[in-house]
Amino acid sequence: MTTITDPPKEGFRLNQLIYDTRYRSMTIQVVAMILLVLSISWLVSNTVQNLQALGKDFDFGFLWQPAGYDINQRLVEYDSQSTHGRAALVGILNTILVAFLGCALATVLGVIAGVLRLSKNWIVNKLMAAYVEGFRNVPLLLWILLIFALMTEGTPQPRDFREGGSASMVLGDSVAITNRGVYVPAPVWGDGSLIVVIVFVLSVIGAFAYRGYAKKLLFDTGRLLPMVWPAIVIAFVPAILVFFIMGRPIGLENPELGGFNFSGGIHLRNSLIALWLALSLYTGAFIAEIVRAGILAVSKGQTEAAFALGLRPNRTMSLVILPQALRVIVPPLISQYLNLTKNSSLAIAVGYMDVRSTLGGITINQTGRELEGMLLVGLFYLLLSLAISGAMNVFNNRVKLRER
Amino acid sequence: MNKTVFFGALTVAGIAAGAASAATLDDVTARGTLNCGVSTGLVGFAAPDANGVWEGFDVGVCRAVAAAALGDPEAVNFVPLTTQTRFTALASGEVDMLARNTTWTFSRDVDLKMEFTGINYYDGQGFMVPRDIGVTSAKDLDGATVCIQTGTTTELNLADFFRVNNISYEPVPIETNAEAQQQYLARACDVYTTDASGLAATRATFENPGDHVILPEIISKEPLGPLVRHGDNEWGDIVRWTLNAMIAAEELGVTSANVSELAAAATDNPEINRLLGTEGELGAMLGLEADWAVAVISAVGNYGELFEQTIGENTPIGLARGLNAQWTEGGLIYSPPFR
Repeated sequence: MTTITDPPKEGFRLNQLIYDTRYRSMTIQVVAMILLVLSISWLVSNTVQNLQALGKDFDFGFLWQPAGYDINQRLVEYDSQSTHGRAALVGILNTILVAFLGCALATVLGVIAGVLRLSKNWIVNKLMAAYVEGFRNVPLLLWILLIFALMTEGTPQPRDFREGGSASMVLGDSVAITNRGVYVPAPVWGDGSLIVVIVFVLSVIGAFAYRGYAKKLLFDTGRLLPMVWPAIVIAFVPAILVFFIMGRPIGLENPELGGFNFSGGIHLRNSLIALWLALSLYTGAFIAEIVRAGILAVSKGQTEAAFALGLRPNRTMSLVILPQALRVIVPPLISQYLNLTKNSSLAIAVGYMDVRSTLGGITINQTGRELEGMLLVGLFYLLLSLAISGAMNVFNNRVKLRER
Repeated sequence: MNKTVFFGALTVAGIAAGAASAATLDDVTARGTLNCGVSTGLVGFAAPDANGVWEGFDVGVCRAVAAAALGDPEAVNFVPLTTQTRFTALASGEVDMLARNTTWTFSRDVDLKMEFTGINYYDGQGFMVPRDIGVTSAKDLDGATVCIQTGTTTELNLADFFRVNNISYEPVPIETNAEAQQQYLARACDVYTTDASGLAATRATFENPGDHVILPEIISKEPLGPLVRHGDNEWGDIVRWTLNAMIAAEELGVTSANVSELAAAATDNPEINRLLGTEGELGAMLGLEADWAVAVISAVGNYGELFEQTIGENTPIGLARGLNAQWTEGGLIYSPPFR
């Protein structure tokens, strides 16, 4: 006598699609997929239809038309007869320039402020707290405008630098700070300067090789070679020697006042400086908190163990704490770099000609290609962000915990 | 994820464009107000007064159209637009018309799909410099720093002018007239360039207008006028003929003071009768009331009255009629006949 019978074989019923856990997830995915495809096709057809209703087409041909407008800050050759595509390139390079400068300065500021905020010195500690809280709690746009206004209103005009004027150049008549920007000397590359540069690059590589050797020696034998001053000597002395042997081929061209403005030298425009400083100070405040969190995340036992082994405090920080803290610091740091890069589109507020101002601003306005222009600008920021996070992920993989 | 962002952007563009196609007059009537795009603040042309009420020459055109379409010159929602946002705002249907010192050019008319409905001010691009800089001609501006509003025709003219004359300059791009003013007064730029009328209006707001000179060179033609988007000709007709009604009224001697008297009964002049709706059915042809032009003229006056009240010689702006006099007085202002 059997009490256990096989469960009756049932055919597939439709309501199993909802009530049977084996099929339910599949059902949900199929429905979601259909909805997604429908909404995408609606969006595309709606866009096409509305473009048609406005009598507009979807065409990137405008990129090859002459732009007709001038751009003040150009890293590549450009004039008003160049194409809109070229103008976009000028803007792209300007965006990358300010993003790069901003990330570099923000990291320096952030690391210093983050470490100092952990200082036992009350004044230093509170000063850094004031910096961090002040900058990260006030909108970035206000900082950009404030710094720009300070630079415009608070610095002398170029005409004040004339004979008998109220302003004068600083650093041995080589730097002029005006309300149109800062003029600094530009290097002049004479004959043979290439050799000096090559020697310099080689000796920097040599300095790193020396550091690597010293480190290996330390880990293998425990012998500690001096690290800092030999590296500096290796990096600079050969280049300086060659510089004099070749008859000083690299000179400096000082800015000089002529006509309305200074000419010669490198002109760092107020718009660039305001944007750069504001982005760095603002993002630096966030990075300071990330650094502080990273350091605090390293267990106090590590410090105590290092002290017990007889390491001095600065060596403990550089050899024990920071390498471990980097694992916590780097991932959120990537996102701060991305923030800074995208925030650089606030350049429009101070007339810095980034890609948002050239391609996404004037070009769109002169050609009426809003959709194409905005898609291109969006695509550029997407690619730039992916490139930055890709590069930073490589770095992250190098510092992250390797399990042995 | 990246795809969603892409299509998200498309949605926004699609929805914005979706609002643009319906019959504008019906929309305006249903809404009860006219959305009129104006400058972000250019005294004399479009700026809010101390009580926040918009006034000026371009504002008068908005009020005239509201009076024609809705019978109420106050039924206007003024939308301040920068030079960069104005065309997108109009094309997307955010505003029904623009009256914003906008230059009529071929590419704006044809390629940007705008419909210019006439010219209410014949202008040209000029340069303003501080008097103490000692410059008397624009050709002396080699190496100067020039403040300029981005997204304007003046930006292109400027590039052409300096290139043709083979002199260099440093452009400082600016978003609005107010920012340009601040930069110029701080001497962050040596020169401010825009339409000559805009320069006069800007200078009038300075503490010491006499310290600044407008250079004699006018480097371009800048016919400024109201515009609507392509695709709704009926609405375009209303804006066009509202402006023409103001111009014709000045020519025919119809003013805000005598318009109600002239409209009370048919006069001896058939053109006045047709304009004011006491003869013929011009209003009905536009889809408006018969007395639409009466509403316009009693609300904002004729072209000459509006000019004198807002930017004329007795105002701080102090612009002479010049090219903007009636054709009968040697100017270019001319309305096609009301017939």
